[in-house]
Amino acid sequence: MLHIQCPHCGELRSEEEFHAAGQAHIPRPLDPDNCTDAEWGDYMFFRDNPRGIHHELWVHATGCRRYFNVTRNTETYEILETYKIGEQPQVNGKPVVVAKAIEGETV
Amino acid sequence: MSQVNRLTHGGRIDRRQPLTFTFNGQRYQGFAGDTLASALLANGVDVIGRSFKYSRPRGIVAAGAEEPNAIMQIGSTEATQIPNVRATQQPLYAGLVAASTNGWPSVNNDLMGILGKVGGKMMPPGFYYKTFMYPQNLWLTYEKYIRKAAGLGRVPTEIDPDSYDHMNQHCDVLVVGAGPAGLAAALAAARSGARVILADEQEEFGGSLLDTRELLDGQPAADWVAKAIAELDATPDVTLLSRATVNGYHDHNFLTIHQRLTDHLGEKAPMGQVRHRVHRVRAKRVVLASGAHERPLVYANNDLPGNLVAGAVSTYVRRYGVAPGQKLVLSTNNDYAYRVALDWLEAGREVVAIADARQNPRGAWVEEARAKGIRVLTGAAVTEARGSTRVSGARVAAIDIKGFRTTSPGEWLNCDLIATSGGYSPVVHLASHLGGRPLWREDIQAFVPGPAPQKRVCAGAVNGVFALGDVLADGFEAGATAAGEAGLKPVAGEVPRAEHRFEEPSLALFQVPHEKSTARAPKQFVDLQNDVTAAGIELACREGFESIEHVKRYTALGFGTDQGKLGNINGLAIAARVQNKAIPEVGTTMFRPNYTPVTFGAVAGRHCGHLMEPVRFTALHGWHVKQGALFEDVGQWKRPWYFPKAGEDLHAAVARECKAVREKVGILDASTLGKIDIQGPDAREFLNRVYTNAWTKLEVGKARYGLMCKEDGMVMDDGVTACLADNHFLMTTTTGGAARILEWLELYHQTEWPDLKVYFTSVTDHWATMTLSGPESRNLLAELTDIDLDKDAFPFMSWREGTVGGVPARVFRISFTGELSYEINVQADYAMGVWEQLIEAGKKYGLTPYGTETMHVLRAEKGFIIVGQDTDGSVTPQDLGMGWAVSMNKPFSFIGKRGMNRQDCLKADRKQLVGLKPVNPKAVLPEGAQLVFNTQQPIPMTMIGHVTSSYYSASMGFGFALAVVKGGLGKMGQKVYAALRDGTFVEAEIVSSVFYDPKGERQHV
Amino acid sequence: MSNVNVYQQRPTSAARAESPLFHAELDKLAGRSVGSAGVTLREKKLRGHLVLRGEASDTGFTGAVESVLGLKLPVALGLTVKGETSLQWLGPDEWLLIVPQDEEYTAELSLREAIGDRHISIVNVSGGQTLYELTGPGVRSVLMKSTSYDVHPSNFPVGKAVGTVFAKSQLVIRHTGEETWELVVRRSFADYIWLWLQDASAEYGLAIAS
Repeated sequence: MLHIQCPHCGELRSEEEFHAAGQAHIPRPLDPDNCTDAEWGDYMFFRDNPRGIHHELWVHATGCRRYFNVTRNTETYEILETYKIGEQPQVNGKPVVVAKAIEGETV
Repeated sequence: MSQVNRLTHGGRIDRRQPLTFTFNGQRYQGFAGDTLASALLANGVDVIGRSFKYSRPRGIVAAGAEEPNAIMQIGSTEATQIPNVRATQQPLYAGLVAASTNGWPSVNNDLMGILGKVGGKMMPPGFYYKTFMYPQNLWLTYEKYIRKAAGLGRVPTEIDPDSYDHMNQHCDVLVVGAGPAGLAAALAAARSGARVILADEQEEFGGSLLDTRELLDGQPAADWVAKAIAELDATPDVTLLSRATVNGYHDHNFLTIHQRLTDHLGEKAPMGQVRHRVHRVRAKRVVLASGAHERPLVYANNDLPGNLVAGAVSTYVRRYGVAPGQKLVLSTNNDYAYRVALDWLEAGREVVAIADARQNPRGAWVEEARAKGIRVLTGAAVTEARGSTRVSGARVAAIDIKGFRTTSPGEWLNCDLIATSGGYSPVVHLASHLGGRPLWREDIQAFVPGPAPQKRVCAGAVNGVFALGDVLADGFEAGATAAGEAGLKPVAGEVPRAEHRFEEPSLALFQVPHEKSTARAPKQFVDLQNDVTAAGIELACREGFESIEHVKRYTALGFGTDQGKLGNINGLAIAARVQNKAIPEVGTTMFRPNYTPVTFGAVAGRHCGHLMEPVRFTALHGWHVKQGALFEDVGQWKRPWYFPKAGEDLHAAVARECKAVREKVGILDASTLGKIDIQGPDAREFLNRVYTNAWTKLEVGKARYGLMCKEDGMVMDDGVTACLADNHFLMTTTTGGAARILEWLELYHQTEWPDLKVYFTSVTDHWATMTLSGPESRNLLAELTDIDLDKDAFPFMSWREGTVGGVPARVFRISFTGELSYEINVQADYAMGVWEQLIEAGKKYGLTPYGTETMHVLRAEKGFIIVGQDTDGSVTPQDLGMGWAVSMNKPFSFIGKRGMNRQDCLKADRKQLVGLKPVNPKAVLPEGAQLVFNTQQPIPMTMIGHVTSSYYSASMGFGFALAVVKGGLGKMGQKVYAALRDGTFVEAEIVSSVFYDPKGERQHV
Repeated sequence: MSNVNVYQQRPTSAARAESPLFHAELDKLAGRSVGSAGVTLREKKLRGHLVLRGEASDTGFTGAVESVLGLKLPVALGLTVKGETSLQWLGPDEWLLIVPQDEEYTAELSLREAIGDRHISIVNVSGGQTLYELTGPGVRSVLMKSTSYDVHPSNFPVGKAVGTVFAKSQLVIRHTGEETWELVVRRSFADYIWLWLQDASAEYGLAIAS
């Protein structure tokens, strides 16, 4: 179970207090009526599915009811930061890959 | 039977407390402090079960969680049965009743024994797949017997009388395992002032210190254990959990511990006590001090009772005062196992010989054994055991490990006990639960935990540190490190002194070569629980299963309830040898939670019976119960379904309730509807954006029905929203949608439109809602209210404030039945008083309480949809014929507008909501029935829609339905056919979805 | 103020009131407790509960609230208490004000008047929730069985209030005294929580106070 820092409550809370709300930083188009079907479809249906760093939207459902963003490593489940709506992530790009079994090597 | 193998002294058992127990119907005696396994060994019980596949006799091989054979069914009554209990981990109590899990119909006289002997040659890995899959129709017959013969325990068929619960724990440092490393770590952490939890799966803390011959500070190691535990116990914020297996290591240092609180007291917990408790622990740091399991060697007939893992022999002798035999042959590749021979000698038993695979061992333990006159054969190993239901001899031969062959014919030694040690396998299970791959260390021939993102420190044997002094030092350091990382200041403390001995490295030996090839030699078992042999692994490799993951799935290696704790590494080594690869090249061995089996009771905790799920009640629930209402589950709510009178069934009651509403007046508890209070200068604009229709002109005092869509244009929720004041609205949602819609509004407000000045607050529970519906509702309400109910003063789709029955109320004149209706909202605390006044005053008007079933019939007669029943997330407002509730001209592109204008949503042949009127007026179409236009077509037919709601209408005198039909809105009058399960069809006509009062006159009166 | 609908929702006459735990007949149970109880439960019923929303950075707003209530608006996870009145942080722009029975209407009017025409919201939720007060040496263990939130005093001192998961439901836990805690329970879940608490506190002994 993840342990998530709520940026509003200011402390770590158990995953069961939160709901995940998908990928973060996907703004609604300002002029939907003038989007082509392709553009609208992109906004509606297409999401990243990276192995590694992922920015996500969560809501502290049983706590302060605020939405906020989480930068999570989808491979290790590490949460690298949480930040309020409107703020930008400090952690981006490819994460350090966790060492795999070093085959045949002694330690 | 007497305790033939019980030593006269020694051990941590209490000889003054004899305990009688039953195994496979026979009575035996053991002592307090015994495990079921030690008591069985004390009584000379050799065969404790039959093997899974070959039905070979099996005995106890280990003394802890790794035991693969002694898997028991415990319990004297049906309700208290527990399957899959390891006898090595089950403390003995008076009256314990145990039976073999395997060995139908009995262990000693076993039909399958014969089958097994025949099948032995006939059942290589893959046998089931290759043999029993064809002919396929016979599989069901085979399966019944195979499953029975496999016998992996059974669950009770009666309700468990015991109680189980969960406890949430938090700590700075969780120490897993209370052996030397764990105790040292816990002391170091506790001395720094950390909140510490120390958990150990055994009956007593101490681990290997409870049975080691080594001394600490010149005293028995167990004395230091007692001192350490006393110190920890006296330290604030230290929680000691014994009989507590850390079973799962989950994300972000969340660990689950299965504690067996009363399993040592009896098969049922004493009155008022919890039997098992699951601790859900969040730890800032974890010290993994889970120790190591000794690895047995793999040799011919190594599964005969009397073949034990070496260290287990010491444990039985020193901890339980049991010597499981007379004459010991020890086979080893390392120094540590020599301690077993010394312990055996001290117990007054004979050590026939030690076979050491190394050519010239000179370690301190080795020399001590030699000095005591024990015969040590070097460059040799036990290659084969003999015996029928118990070891009677061991063949020791010189071996060439590199060439994988024997170099001498060997010598048969008479013995009744073979103890083997192939070195230690660190218990890396918890370290790999989150996917961290273990690392192979060539120097110790073992996997140790690899790097992982978890905030943990490993200490002691799990780290590949085996010498006692080093283990203690490692533990202290780990505890201090963990506490330091958790933010505490480490404090230097006392470390006990262990004697240092000269030790030599072990030698890589897993499967012992035999004079015959592996395929021709007697069976050499790798996984005892699943009957996987060395030959089976060779066969798997030959057939092309090279990765250990494939070998495991082909042979079932490691798939037993023991997860292959003893066998996995040996299996890997054999696969590597056959493929001429290094062990880690074949793969690693990974483990999943749980470390040992957990009872379902412990998983469920208190979330069972009446506490299984929250049940939500309205303020009026007590009245409904008193009236004999039957209830329907709507989400977590209990809503009155219908109120039967004596002798009435659902249909009769609903017909009566419907008639009352249509002709007189009914009353419904509508309190479960979601209600959201919206305040702020931009409330109106916000409504414009989230609803499909327009809110700009809704006046104070008025209410409006609204549809809510998702961005894809599909209907998500609906309800009536009232304008309470210019900056103040009350929104209602569907019962099931309340929480979700509030979260949805917050999502858009917080992430997309934070500039809009508006606040949302749930008032679902604050207001109780009582709906009066029917032609007499005005007359009835007038008796109890000061509100002017004149149809012009208080028109349809408006609300008024006043008192009802002396209680302040907001009354909404809206209707879900099509009749004249008033929804009376009062603060929930006062609802019952108002409701009872309405019931009393309603007597003369024929007031009838009605439930959700009647509500459904009445609303369907009006063609009013229920979101989630008549819609399924693929239905637009236009599909519902509710284009009137969509305002395409609103300046802001509301949620759903762009979506519902996608090409696909504009097609003419989309499924659209229509009414269906069966040609036979008595017919009621089944909800969910698929519809076709033509029954004379080949199967599979072209389905053109389905029935979403269907009822019999007492007031109209015929069955009717709502359905979605392709292009249905343009097909009025056409016939469709509903397909029934029996292959017949019911003919129906497509009609308007509004059956009753299509002009809506009745609700406007 | 005219642009919101504020009215007296609680009857001023002697109408019958049924709190969320009315059906449990706690008054009858109160007499019956015997021996030492590790947990004592009391429903602090029929209080006035108001949810207050506003801009925490607007000193005009916070100052107005303080002037009316004599209580500072608490920051994250804070709870301030004065007599029978308490003010609790629920979220960055959201607080729960609990006042004695019958005072919620006047409290709302006074607050609205003092705050003026700022964009705020005050919602009466008195009928929708209630307070369970738990007191005694067994309470912490009962809470540990019920919530994954850390209730150790080092993490959850007196004066802290936390919205979290409780059994399979959710509620607010308030630490009001060394061995005293309050649960803010939604009306419809009141029975479930009551059943849960009876079960969880059984091993410590449960007494009811009226």
